[in-house]
Amino acid sequence: MIPSVAGVDTALVRPRKRLADYVETVLPKVVLGPTLICALLFVYGFILWTAWLSFTESRILPRYDFAGLVQYIALFANDRWWIALKNLAIFGSLFIFFCLAIGLLLAILLDQRIRAEGFLRSIYLYPMALSFIVTGTAWRWILNPGLGFEHLVRQLGFEHFTFDWIVTPGMSIYAVVIAGAWQSTGFVMALFLAGLRGIDDAIIKAAQVDGAGPVRIYTSIIIPSLRPVFFSSLIILGHIAIKSFDLVMALTGGGPGFSSDLPATFMYTFAFNRNQIGLGAASAMMMLMTVIAIIVPMIYSETRRRG
Amino acid sequence: MKRSIVAAALGAIALAPFAGVNAGEVEVLHWWTSGGEAKSVAELKKELEAKGDTWKDFAVAGGGGETAMTVLKSRVVSGQPPTAAQVKGPQIQEWAAEGVLANLDPVAKPEKWDSLLPSVVSNVMKYQGHYVAVPVNVHRVNWMWVNPEVFKKAGAKIPTTWDEFAVAADKIQKAGFIAVAHGGQPWQDSTLFESIALGVGGAAWYRKAFVDLDPKALNSPTMEKAFATLRMVQKYIDKDAPNRDWNLATAMVINGKAGMQFMGDWAKGEFTAAGKVAGRDYICAPAPGTKDAFTFNIDSFIMFQQKDPSKQKAQQDLASAIMDVHFQEVFNLNKGSIPVRMGMNLSKFDQCAKDSAAEFAAAAKGGTLVPSFAHEMAMHPAPKGAMFDVITAFINTPSMTPKQAAEKMAAAGKQT
Amino acid sequence: MAEPYRTQTAGPHLVARAAVYTLLILFALYYLMPLFVMVTTSLKTLDDIRGGNLLALPREVSLDAWVKAWGSACTGVFCGGLKGNFMNSVSFVVPAVAISTLIGAFNGYVLTMWRFKGSDALFTLLLIGCFIPFQVVLLPMAQTLGWLGIANSIPGLIFVHVIYGLAFTTLFFRNFYVTVPAELTKAARIDGAGFFMIFWRIILPLSPPIIVVCVIWQFTQIWNDFLFGVVFSSGQRQPITVALNNLVNTTTGVKEYNVDMAAAIIAALPTLFVYVVAGKYFLRGLTAGAVKG
Repeated sequence: MIPSVAGVDTALVRPRKRLADYVETVLPKVVLGPTLICALLFVYGFILWTAWLSFTESRILPRYDFAGLVQYIALFANDRWWIALKNLAIFGSLFIFFCLAIGLLLAILLDQRIRAEGFLRSIYLYPMALSFIVTGTAWRWILNPGLGFEHLVRQLGFEHFTFDWIVTPGMSIYAVVIAGAWQSTGFVMALFLAGLRGIDDAIIKAAQVDGAGPVRIYTSIIIPSLRPVFFSSLIILGHIAIKSFDLVMALTGGGPGFSSDLPATFMYTFAFNRNQIGLGAASAMMMLMTVIAIIVPMIYSETRRRG
Repeated sequence: MKRSIVAAALGAIALAPFAGVNAGEVEVLHWWTSGGEAKSVAELKKELEAKGDTWKDFAVAGGGGETAMTVLKSRVVSGQPPTAAQVKGPQIQEWAAEGVLANLDPVAKPEKWDSLLPSVVSNVMKYQGHYVAVPVNVHRVNWMWVNPEVFKKAGAKIPTTWDEFAVAADKIQKAGFIAVAHGGQPWQDSTLFESIALGVGGAAWYRKAFVDLDPKALNSPTMEKAFATLRMVQKYIDKDAPNRDWNLATAMVINGKAGMQFMGDWAKGEFTAAGKVAGRDYICAPAPGTKDAFTFNIDSFIMFQQKDPSKQKAQQDLASAIMDVHFQEVFNLNKGSIPVRMGMNLSKFDQCAKDSAAEFAAAAKGGTLVPSFAHEMAMHPAPKGAMFDVITAFINTPSMTPKQAAEKMAAAGKQT
Repeated sequence: MAEPYRTQTAGPHLVARAAVYTLLILFALYYLMPLFVMVTTSLKTLDDIRGGNLLALPREVSLDAWVKAWGSACTGVFCGGLKGNFMNSVSFVVPAVAISTLIGAFNGYVLTMWRFKGSDALFTLLLIGCFIPFQVVLLPMAQTLGWLGIANSIPGLIFVHVIYGLAFTTLFFRNFYVTVPAELTKAARIDGAGFFMIFWRIILPLSPPIIVVCVIWQFTQIWNDFLFGVVFSSGQRQPITVALNNLVNTTTGVKEYNVDMAAAIIAALPTLFVYVVAGKYFLRGLTAGAVKG
């Protein structure tokens, strides 16, 4: 590594360099160390702790005697849990789909050299700045049949217009999708816009010279090259969907009844309000396992790819 | 001038050793954040400050206290429990079994709580014979709050059975009012249901089903009848009910928009805060079919073991203040309940409260005094929560039959 | 860094342009509507709210709701409005953002320029931490904070937010530094520059775009957090999101929608401000490769 310099006794130089080398191989690990220890303890350690609890009969406070699969059996015999799972599938897929689709659409539209682009961008982006409590409060008011949107449209003359999803058991989860998508689409749009702006012009021009039409250019060149952005968006959106707790609590309270329950709210209710920590822990483990099954392969393959 | 400064300084020095004795701090976790309730808590704060302690409010809002309970558990697990927390019913025993509650006998024995509280109450406040919680009041849950104006305009009679209820509700609806003001939250759904169940099934069956959790009582024709009645009552609730707060439903009755509300007597606090007079502006009647029965809900504070001696003293002050005659009177006047301390002078209380107190004593003697399951007095949180799920699902799923509901209730009763 | 637009495809066609603008404006209205509703409701009197409808402008503009929300609304028994809680939030958000950003920068630096065997796998492990639902960690964290003696305090909140922000800050910086050509650091290393020197002299000056992205993200996440705030704080130390929830759920007979909306806006102002003002830097930072890699 050290080019030998004529006249200099490299033997004298080497020991000092070796120490510096040693420090520099260790230092990165030392720097990264605390973060990894924290991750180990506070993420994986706590996951193990929760896993242990899911095999106990913990009720009001944690207990540590092993009790087998009793909580998991109880979990899958629970009607409410199945509804929560179904809701997660509905909410997760719709939320991610709409955010990606609308986000991409808005980004493409904004990319057309629009006047007042900055202004419009701020408008699409600002919902992300709001706390879910704020969003839930505002949308609860808007979606309220008697005082909000339905009332407004009826006042405009459409006497039979109904938009009471938020209070209809089968539809309440879709109301959550509306509020959630409203909040997060702007951010996805920003990511796509950044991605679009990063695409090399030369490729586009070459394709145009070859006679490709606008639609073809988008579908064959631009959208595929946005793949990393799709990946990042998916991570962020997935993260938001799984953690969606504040939004549901503020918007519908899990209701009507428990029709808009999600696993996150289920876990919270059973662990903290029903004094069934063991059952809550089991549900949390199910959530985590689902997440891991989907996310890990995706992340690993993408990280590998970029090397 | 100099002399008075010196005198003042001497005085201050003389008093200094006593300054620290009473300066304990109490941190009280509660979720009494609506109008009448908040006033009541302010009373307790005043009493405590009069004793020289400081009150650190720890209000965590949210309906039936769900968020509050989460916070409480986290605080206990972290080794920093608050001084007191608003916990009631069988949960008191659950907490006590974890070994974190303070022994209140040092206050209870000198003040003779055993003779001041009916046994049905003191049993719940004790764990293995020692007081671990202090009761604040007695609420009657099976009330029906009526706006007489609305009834008069509709030409309806205040019902005493559920069949009469259907007739009256019909008339009220035809007259353009909402018959039943209700908030579509699980605990309210269950409050409504338990009054119906009591009216339909009677006190003995109620105890078998909701206290003993007997599956034969839970999955029974009586239970099916109760659910069928609930289905009938549902027709008279307006469609904006989902997620409505209980006090906003009360407001509907206060403002003459609705005819009746099935709610415990904390609703009376709202009437009082709005300046309404019992008997004139509103009428309190027992829910149909429950005339001689009394569904009780007792608010209480559990006390956590404290390491700091000044906090321990403040905690004892708090316990003592709660059982104090003056506090019992003022607090309950504001909140709509009756004092839990027996033998008090009830002259300041209105007719509804006096009726309630008389009923309480009579029901205790006659065996028709039952704990409210919707308010965590009858069973542990796990089966209670499961039953809430069934009742709420029933209300929100028109296709669920009473038979299915009864079956699910039996399954719910098995939850631990 | 902004690339010139590429799609001359939409160029001369007026219809296409019109369609684009129309769509954008429709979406803009959809996004603005809730804010409009919140603002107008907060400026109305209660009678106005009851009498009118969602989108109607206030008949008479009244700032009473705002004054009440800031200084005298009841969040439980305490009736002092949100101003105390606002300061609480500031006091833990700022340190948490600063610390997590700093550590994330170092981590990203290590993961891209000082790779060692297994560092990619470690990064993947770290990334999974992004997904853990916070409910799962509440009780164990409560116990841990208790052992550390910082339960129910501002340092405790800072600690919790830093820990759970590290995955994201590391992700941002790592993806950004991946785009920095390796030659830069190699040359510096040959010249004898050490670990910290390279960071200070070369990497840091390149970082403003991603620092902005990271700060904005962290600020938003931590300021808007509810769960940790409600569980790990109490009473007067509660952050503003918790106070807002208390306020909205504290009704005295009549639900004061105008005060609720005013309070919601007050709670949202700092993050809104950050996005509106620094939004373009945010985008610039993203363009510079925050999420490309």
